[in-house]
Amino acid sequence: MCAVRGLTKTYPAVRGRRGAPGTPAVRATDDVRLDIRRGEIFGLLGPNGAGKSTLVRQLTGLMRPDAGRVEILGHDIVRHPERAARILAYLGQESSALDELTVSLAAETTGRLRGLEGRQARDEKDAVLEELGLTAIAGRPLKKLSGGQRRLACFAAALVGERPLLVLDEPTTGMDPVARRAVWAAVDRRRAERGTTVLLVTHNVIEAETVLDRVAVLDQGRVIACDTPAGLKEQVAGEVRVELVWRENAPLHVPEVTALRERAVEAGRRWTLRLAPEEARAVVATVTGGSAFAALDDFTLATPSLEDVYLALGGAAQQGLVKA
Amino acid sequence: MSVVPADVLPGALGAEGGERRAAELGPRARMWPALVAVYRAQLSRARVARIPLLFVATFQSIGIMVLMRGVVDGGGEAESVVAGSSVLVVAFVALNLLAQYFGQLRASGGLDHYATLPVPPAAVVLGAAGAYASFTVPGTVVTAVFGCVLFGLPLAHLWVLAAVIPLAGAALSGLGAALGLLAPRPELATLLGQLGMSAALLLGVLPADRMPEIVRLARDLLPSTYGVEAFARTFGGDPDWAFVAGDLAVCAGVGVVSLAVATWAYRRAAVR
Repeated sequence: MCAVRGLTKTYPAVRGRRGAPGTPAVRATDDVRLDIRRGEIFGLLGPNGAGKSTLVRQLTGLMRPDAGRVEILGHDIVRHPERAARILAYLGQESSALDELTVSLAAETTGRLRGLEGRQARDEKDAVLEELGLTAIAGRPLKKLSGGQRRLACFAAALVGERPLLVLDEPTTGMDPVARRAVWAAVDRRRAERGTTVLLVTHNVIEAETVLDRVAVLDQGRVIACDTPAGLKEQVAGEVRVELVWRENAPLHVPEVTALRERAVEAGRRWTLRLAPEEARAVVATVTGGSAFAALDDFTLATPSLEDVYLALGGAAQQGLVKA
Repeated sequence: MSVVPADVLPGALGAEGGERRAAELGPRARMWPALVAVYRAQLSRARVARIPLLFVATFQSIGIMVLMRGVVDGGGEAESVVAGSSVLVVAFVALNLLAQYFGQLRASGGLDHYATLPVPPAAVVLGAAGAYASFTVPGTVVTAVFGCVLFGLPLAHLWVLAAVIPLAGAALSGLGAALGLLAPRPELATLLGQLGMSAALLLGVLPADRMPEIVRLARDLLPSTYGVEAFARTFGGDPDWAFVAGDLAVCAGVGVVSLAVATWAYRRAAVR
């Protein structure tokens, strides 16, 4: 339903001024190619600055690409960016346009501006607020709500006035588990009943693994992999992640530990190792016995996550994906 | 957490084929309903955020009139002080606050919300401008009545405010919206809004006869001047309605042009 070909956008270099260093030209999206199928929840995963939001802005007609093609449901969005608003609903990261409205008025006004008649907008608004459990706070301005509630109210506004494609830029940021469940239940309902497609931007690995049908991994503006979460994880299936947390310092007097150090990614007291399963077993045996154990605070042994996939694929950022 | 596999969904496409036909587009929001929806939403913001500022706008004008009471004895100068102070409320809210609002909305990415809805750009600009012009009504009326009582001017023709507020409001809010949307940074939008208001204060409230030629020229270029002039003319015993209408026509003309520029600026700011 959505085809992207050769999408490229370069932010021009900024010349340095007094007290502020210049920045070189940045290729925010680099020859991106994607195919999103109808009815799937498709994710864009990557660390901050990977080009996720830039890509989404080009898909929603908010930004013109330098080159490339975007086709959504047969419409050329690069040539007719104004059509995007009639095909998709977009939940951006900013709520400043709605901040001073009440939850109810924000949702209703958005519905009206999405072309609904007055009556219809009110009815749909009531239904969506009920569905998301927002009825009790419908009369409160968004500004006065907590971050998660405000996000949920913006999500509600995005749902009023049905669209076949939902583009959600980090929709669950700051939400508690109840609100998150409400979001994914609402998405699933629309998918089952109407075949709604969802394009989700996230840097949350756990969320990506649990809700996405397919995921494109972005790094420095390029798609470095695109598959189902399970399919991507198979690429690193031969590895196990071992995390060791030492009490104070690593017991470097133990020769096995010294040998491990070269292969570990160190972050303070935490060492992260990616090993073959039999190696991992040996390491666990070493650190849970003898004098190394006295220095050990905690250890975990885990199957690979999408974060490991990202790193194995050569993702440049060593940090930046969230595991929560 | 998703329990529905993608390939069993209604109308799911097994292959990439079948997509060639362009799907039907969702409805477009029509001009008037969209304008009314934006206007209503903006007006409701007043309750949350604007009321303290409306008080400030009114007290500022009343304070200026009280100060000028010691300098001006009455007659033509008193008329222009009262008219200038009343229109100053419009300049404060419609020009200054609207420029700040659009400047901040643009800088924070809030325009994306409107830009991803199928709404005519003019509806967003006119809805917001109309709401800000409406915010000025109570303050302007209070200022005008207070000024008339303070300087002993007749209240008979105050009904002319019903034309002065919307037309001066259109001119100044169009200017405010255009400044806010064109300014490359929000601080600059705030600065331009403040400068516009200061100009309306100095050039509108102070009697024109005492000013040097160059300042009088600047005064003629400021759209709020024509609102002030139109209002000031009606204090006389037998106002020359043709001149009043002429001044108001200038406001209307500036309003049309500046709102058109603001709409163009909105379009430009929304898609980068």
